[in-house]
Amino acid sequence: MNGSPLVLEPVFFVGPVPITDPVIVTWVLMAVLALGCAILTRRLKLRPSRTQAALELFVTAIDGQLRDIVGGDTAPYRALIGTILVYVLVANWMSIVPGVEPPTAHIETDAALALIVFGATIWFGVRARGAGGYLKTFAEPSWVMIPLNLVEQITRTFSLIVRLFGNVMSGVFVVGIILSLAGLLVPIPLMALELLTGAVQAYIFAVLAAVFIGAAASEGG
Amino acid sequence: MNWIEIVSIFSAALAVSFGAIGPALGEGRAVAAAMDAIARQPDAAGTLSRTLFVGLAMIETMAIYCLVIALLVLFANPFTS
Repeated sequence: MNGSPLVLEPVFFVGPVPITDPVIVTWVLMAVLALGCAILTRRLKLRPSRTQAALELFVTAIDGQLRDIVGGDTAPYRALIGTILVYVLVANWMSIVPGVEPPTAHIETDAALALIVFGATIWFGVRARGAGGYLKTFAEPSWVMIPLNLVEQITRTFSLIVRLFGNVMSGVFVVGIILSLAGLLVPIPLMALELLTGAVQAYIFAVLAAVFIGAAASEGG
Repeated sequence: MNWIEIVSIFSAALAVSFGAIGPALGEGRAVAAAMDAIARQPDAAGTLSRTLFVGLAMIETMAIYCLVIALLVLFANPFTS
């Protein structure tokens, strides 16, 4: 932790585009996750092996949670929500790897994730109800609510950003401060707490994304 | 040190200290209610504690908002050059 948690120093430049630390970590994570998924799902059998059984358990658990939230068929949402959950979880847990800061500890990554959720909300809403039908949900229960509903769209996206950013960043910050005050090995309990916070925040982010998307896709209908 | 920086530091400390009071009271109430519920129905402890953790994280977010505001005031203050 060097100086402000809100400012990023570019590591190197690709042409005019500055490449910062979270971008590199994000790309490595993406490569590792994609490669891991490809390897793990390469040989799926009807009679599952041990790894496949664990994976199926995980996917079934996500599916069950999703069904509680959106109701009905979960197939359209499973890929998006599952990917968000796994990515945010692994990104939050990057804080235990020495020398790596979690990309979610910088507001740009969280903003990108929340914008994906924002776009997905509109996309699923329009797909389920048509453009006119989706726009009409803003006027429910009456047209007086239109400004409030519009503001709600923006504020809940913003709170999604700040919640994840604040929690992960404050964890990294506190560990950095304790480390500089008390020395080596002292912040280990805090890092363990950070693992718990990271997991809970990833779960909350995914659940809230599912709630927003489910509400847009089924509101009033 | 000019006045803006001095006031910024004090306001950051105030934001964090007062912003922590409300979530602390709220979390205390939430944990107390969850303990009560677990004492009444020990079977539902799993569901209750999972819901409790999510609720606590939601409440804690309020304190985190104050922390973010304090950091903005300290590190990205628009009024200091």
